[in-house]
Parts: sequence; C-alpha cells; structure tokens
Amino acid sequence: MFKLSDKILLLCVGEAGDTVQFAEYIQKNIQLYKMRNGYELSPKAAANFTRKNLADYLRSRTPYHVNLLLAGFDETDGPGLYYMDHLSALAKAPFAAHGYGAYLTLSILDRYYRPDLTRDEAVDLLKKCIEELNKRFILNLPSFSVRLIDKEGIHDLEKLMPVGAK
Amino acid sequence: LNPGKIEFLHGTTTLAFKFQHGVIVAVDSRATAGSYIASQTVKKVIEINPYLLGTMAGGAADCSFWERLLARQCRVYELRNKERISVAAASKLLANMVYQYKGMGLSMGTMVCGWDKTGPGLYYVDSEGNRVCGDLFAVGSGSMYAYGIVDSGLKQKDLTVEEACDLGRRAIYQATYRDAYSGGQVNLYHVHSEGWTRVSQSDVLMLHQQYQAEKA
Repeated sequence: MFKLSDKILLLCVGEAGDTVQFAEYIQKNIQLYKMRNGYELSPKAAANFTRKNLADYLRSRTPYHVNLLLAGFDETDGPGLYYMDHLSALAKAPFAAHGYGAYLTLSILDRYYRPDLTRDEAVDLLKKCIEELNKRFILNLPSFSVRLIDKEGIHDLEKLMPVGAK
Repeated sequence: LNPGKIEFLHGTTTLAFKFQHGVIVAVDSRATAGSYIASQTVKKVIEINPYLLGTMAGGAADCSFWERLLARQCRVYELRNKERISVAAASKLLANMVYQYKGMGLSMGTMVCGWDKTGPGLYYVDSEGNRVCGDLFAVGSGSMYAYGIVDSGLKQKDLTVEEACDLGRRAIYQATYRDAYSGGQVNLYHVHSEGWTRVSQSDVLMLHQQYQAEKA
C-alpha cells in the first residue's frame, strides 16, 4: 500500500520490482504536483494520471506488469475506488479485487455489498471474504492489514488474522 | 539460457538473521558449474564497508561486481553527507541499480546486512527487483534446509552471541549435509553496533565429526 497523499492510497501488485518502482514513481509525481501547484490532485485525477503513465509504458520496451487499486476520498465527490490493470484499463467501482483471490471474493462482494454499509458492516464483509480465502485458497495468508479512508484521512484499522479453516 | 554460459553459485546456502545483539550472517563456500564442483573456497560474504556486509547467491560475477559498485556508492554517500549510509538506503541503491537490468539475465540474490542508527538492519535484494526488509532470510538451493534449523532455534527467546553463532553455523552445516550443491566451509560473521566481526571459518566435514561426537 502506498500513500499518494493524505486521502489517497494506491495498492500495487504484480511483477517483482515493477510494483515498487512504478508505485513510488507515481507517489513522487503526485507529491511533486502538490509542491508545484499548491493543491493536491483529486483521486479521480490521480487515477487517470496513473493510468496514463501505465498506458504510455505499455507499448514501450519496458512495460510495467502491475495491477492497481486506487482508493481516495474527495471533498466534493466523496469516496472513490478505481480499478486498474496491467493493460491500462481504468474503471471506477464500488468494490474490486486483483489476483486469484478475486475469483473467490468477488461473488461475496456482489452478494452482500450495499452502498449504505456502516463501517462495522464493511469490516464484517471484509472478514467474510478473508474467511473464504482461508477456507478455499491454496496459499496460507496469515494476516491482512486494513486501512480506512474518510474525510479525516487515512486510518489504520485492526489487523485481520483469521485462525485456521473449518 | 544460452548454451556454453557457465553458471556458478546457483547452488549455495546463505543465511542471515537479526537477534538481540545484531545480525548473524552465515554462508557456505562451494561453487558449482552443473554437477562439477568448481571451488570449495569461495568467499560468499562481501565486505562492503566496515559496518555493511553483502551475501552472494546466484552468479558470482554479478554479485561481486554489483556489490563492489555498491561499496563505491556508499563511500560517495558518506563523503557527500558526512554520515554513514543506512542499511535501507544502501539496499535501495543496489535494488535500483539492478532494476535497470531487469530481464537481461542478471542473476543475484543477496542480503544486505548492517547496523545503522535505527539498529540492526537486514534486507533481501535480488535481480528480479525484489527488496524486502526482514528478521530472517535464507537464500540458495540449500535455503529450505537452513530455514528449518534457524526457525526452530529462534523459538527460544533471547539468544546470546555465542548461541546465535552456533545456530547459524549449524543451519549452514545441515544444509550442506542435505544439499549436494552446498559445502566447503561455513563462514560466519556477526554484525554489531561497532560494525562486523569475522567470527569463524569451519570446514563442514570437521563440523560433521564434531556434531557426531556430541551426539554420542
């Protein structure tokens, strides 16, 4: 997870090396924009900026093989989640996942997600997803770090460390 | 891979772990070209500077060249900033250097170990672009065997320096016992607040006699 600004987080997975290099490149450029212009990019603008960079490198000799989720809170638009993949697609979505775990969790999110979930209900939904991974996913994933973004900024929530599968 | 390209050192066991009194670094000393043992006396710990060590796994030339270049960059940092470089910064320099050559066939899996103002530091850096901080790493064909020993040994809290050295030495020995591509001698280093110390060099076959005798 990379902090792009006070209210924007970038989750980056994929090829070793590419992830950190690309995410840090975006992170520094977002910060540079703030220094040059005196105000921060909105989540929507940051997402489009990221996508454009991904797209520009896609047909170069050195494409970045990374999948991203950009999450942010905008003063006017409210919370926003942007899904980007290694082919430079961009989509705003209420919920999203990357990787093999997505096959197991997306259906749970489809079934139980509502736009008016409370914070506790949202964390419970996350727990449901992780329980399923614990049960059916081949890799053992012992702990998940959780962060929440709201109008106050980024907050660290309690680490989720589910114990054993039934 | 190109035919005729001699690949040394993929067979290896190197390990490093943090503990209360710093970092223990232990490596074997065998170099193989296929199933031929090219050397039993390779120095797989590279002394970057008096307080930073780098381990060698993968291509010998790649490791020693890039870590030597890292030593140069660390010295430049010291001259420019009038203070020692941190382990995090040194490992980042190395990671960024090799990232430029990603996909071009570099083979390097190294651990950057040192002590800086934040305490003991240990980073794993490789030619794929990985750079991770951790308390314990083992790299090479014998790494799995080494993990077994160190993981079980570290369960007891608070090792003394001597106990930690014994653990590192034992872990490499066990790895050389099971892995055909690891062997030679165990070179052991200890990194502490004053820098690194070369603790011991023990021939694996001598260790074998010693441990067998202890069992009896």
